[in-house]
Amino acid sequence: MSKVDLAQFHKAFHEESLDGLDAMEQALLALDEGAEDPELINVVFRAAHSIKGGAATFGFTDVAAFTHVAENLMDEVRSGRRPMEKAVVELLLRSGDTVRDMLALSMAGQPAATAESQALLAELSAMVSGGTAAVPAAAKAAAPAETIEGWDIAFRPFDYLLKTGNDPARMFRELGALGPLRVECDAGKLPALADMDASSSYLGWTLHLDAGAKRAAVEGVFDWVDGDCDLTLTPRVAAPAPAAPAAAPAAPSAPRAVRDVATNSEASSVRVGIEKIDTLINLVGELVITQSMLSQFHDGVDASQLEMLRHGLAQLARHTRELQESVMSIRMLPISTVFNRFPRLVRDLAQKLDKKVVLDLRGETTELDKTVLEKIGDPLVHLVRNAIDHGLEVPAKRLAAGKGDTGTLRMEAFHRGGSIVVEVADDGAGLNRDAIVAKAVQRGIIASGDGMSDDAVAELIFEAGFSTAAATTDLSGRGVGMDVVRRNVMDLGGTVGIRSTQGSGTTFTITLPLTLAIIDGLTAAVGEETYIVPLVSIVESVQVKPDAVRSVVGGGELFRFRDQWLPIVRLFDVFGCEGRRRSVDEGIVIVVEGEGTRIGLFVDELIGQQQAVVKSLEANYRRVAGISGATILADGSVALIADVTGLVRMQGRRKAA
Amino acid sequence: MNEQASTASAASDEAAQYLTVNLGNEEYGVDILAVREIRGWTPVTRIPQAPSYVLGVLNLRGAIVPVLDLRLRFGLAREEYTATTVCVIVMVAGRQFGVVVDAVSDVVDVSPGGIRPVPDMGTTVDTEYLKGLTSVGERMVLLLDVDRLLQPQDAQMLEAALASSDVKAVA
Repeated sequence: MSKVDLAQFHKAFHEESLDGLDAMEQALLALDEGAEDPELINVVFRAAHSIKGGAATFGFTDVAAFTHVAENLMDEVRSGRRPMEKAVVELLLRSGDTVRDMLALSMAGQPAATAESQALLAELSAMVSGGTAAVPAAAKAAAPAETIEGWDIAFRPFDYLLKTGNDPARMFRELGALGPLRVECDAGKLPALADMDASSSYLGWTLHLDAGAKRAAVEGVFDWVDGDCDLTLTPRVAAPAPAAPAAAPAAPSAPRAVRDVATNSEASSVRVGIEKIDTLINLVGELVITQSMLSQFHDGVDASQLEMLRHGLAQLARHTRELQESVMSIRMLPISTVFNRFPRLVRDLAQKLDKKVVLDLRGETTELDKTVLEKIGDPLVHLVRNAIDHGLEVPAKRLAAGKGDTGTLRMEAFHRGGSIVVEVADDGAGLNRDAIVAKAVQRGIIASGDGMSDDAVAELIFEAGFSTAAATTDLSGRGVGMDVVRRNVMDLGGTVGIRSTQGSGTTFTITLPLTLAIIDGLTAAVGEETYIVPLVSIVESVQVKPDAVRSVVGGGELFRFRDQWLPIVRLFDVFGCEGRRRSVDEGIVIVVEGEGTRIGLFVDELIGQQQAVVKSLEANYRRVAGISGATILADGSVALIADVTGLVRMQGRRKAA
Repeated sequence: MNEQASTASAASDEAAQYLTVNLGNEEYGVDILAVREIRGWTPVTRIPQAPSYVLGVLNLRGAIVPVLDLRLRFGLAREEYTATTVCVIVMVAGRQFGVVVDAVSDVVDVSPGGIRPVPDMGTTVDTEYLKGLTSVGERMVLLLDVDRLLQPQDAQMLEAALASSDVKAVA
């Protein structure tokens, strides 16, 4: 056709198609819940239609053929010829999944048609009634050996065809290139000359192509008018009649296993709203103005200009800060990008387990750093799976417990302080305290459950030794891979908490930092060195009196903080540098909390609070125990950032040694 | 003299250029393609649990770059850092690091034929870090195998050693 290299648009097409599939899935789920909005049906139709168009343009014929049939099915629903039944929704949902897989294969340059997609295609074709255009596509897969002598094509454009920029004459020329072509014109609908609108098309044609061209080639000619005309392609087949097109669709394949939504590929690009870009451009403009204003002070400043200089510097500071905020905001995406996958997951899981579940999503517009978003998906999927699998009861049990038969799963995201909180709450059975205690005792995690609070017991499911495959059967509670959830969240600098009431449900609370790139930190001096302690993990900074300190056997020291005795960790010991102050009452103890454990970090003095841009030590060096990264101070020197969780663990190990 | 002539003739295609640096009385050559930058000595930020020859990290235009002292790496006595002390920033396998030496002196062309194996001699330096030696005029230049100065397996060994010593060190 043209010489344009279409490959450059493949990525855009892929992303757009994925967006379309997402929209389609959401609309289908809404329809599944009984919504009767014709617009939803249109959304599904349009998504299928544009994916088909794009796929055909880019030569992904398998994808195009598949979506074509799905589109036909949707068209029947749209025109009211078929009710939107559960079976249709189910089939279309699975089709969406298949198209996703096919697109991925196409992007990888592999043939997209798989056994699975062919089976589903046959199912779709079977459902579409009388769509001659669609069915042969399946028949082709069933009877690939048929020899085609030619094609009879009935082509009836709608009256607005010409307005879409399509020219039948051009299409006929293209067809003519495939072989000898006979054209019969049907002018039956032609109105009287006086009534004729020159820009409308009234003609229909029947075309006879006397050549064994491939279906894709013939269809290709009509790609651009698809949906703007009535088109019927009938192959003229050599002697033995083809198998009846609708015959023997493959036996409906077994319902697909619940799809693992976690495998959704993580896009490596960010789509940014144009207004965010505009803000950036404005800010850079302002910055340039400020810079030119300041540059006039090149040759020194005299006293009269001091005020101007001060003003310029203040402006520079403000613009720099705003610029930083704007740039950071580009990385921020609404959490709905993660939440969106859950309606489907919940629906599939509930169906599989014969439970009734309503998903209540709240705070979807809460924005989070993209890196955090990408990594929070898996832990959330895990929590949701657990909640539906182990938390929520089957309807009969719920009714017996005096609850409604439908369980509620609430996912909510909101800001609290400088953090984002994501809650996953169910109104199910709650954790089984006795079973957990028994399990923990058996695993040697605790000696006995006596005197432990419910929360402390609930915490046990996060213990590493607790999660085994046996836990699912032995224990009617949760605890499968919870330690993995906790570790994943901690890697993001967050925490997981749990509240559970037996009989009325469980709530998991994930607290996450807004971003990983910048932290608020407290700068502390230890001898010649400066360390940064992340503000989020600081409980309090205190000066400890000597009489509040107790030495314990083995050389450790404890100090009294409120009603707790906390170990003192001297940073100069851990980091092996020279501290100027060795006695506890001379310096400052920063009480920090990591993994639910508190320790006191002993430093010489506090310097101040500052935002630190986190830089990696590993890029050029390697990981260092107790250090999470480095940052650059105002004077250009490097300061290391303390890894509180790591320090707590080191302290724990020391205790164990 | 003879040596120099052959170096010059081979320089046309095969010769590699080496930056020569001084360490005590010896002269070492660093493949110039690995050298990113030569800068004066500036104080660095110490890193915990680092081997003694890793002095710390410095800020190289926003990147955190470790700096090692070649003298300490080779087990020589530490020298006071003076005005001529320099830090050569090298890049090996995508990682940057700084190497502190007494001074930089020259850039020399060395043809592959001019490199001879390091004899097992009584140098102060472990021959493991040397690619070979060559003569430039009357001077002998030891060619450094920069890749091995901060090599990964080295780091891994350290990490393993540290993990086991962690507990002991602070107890």
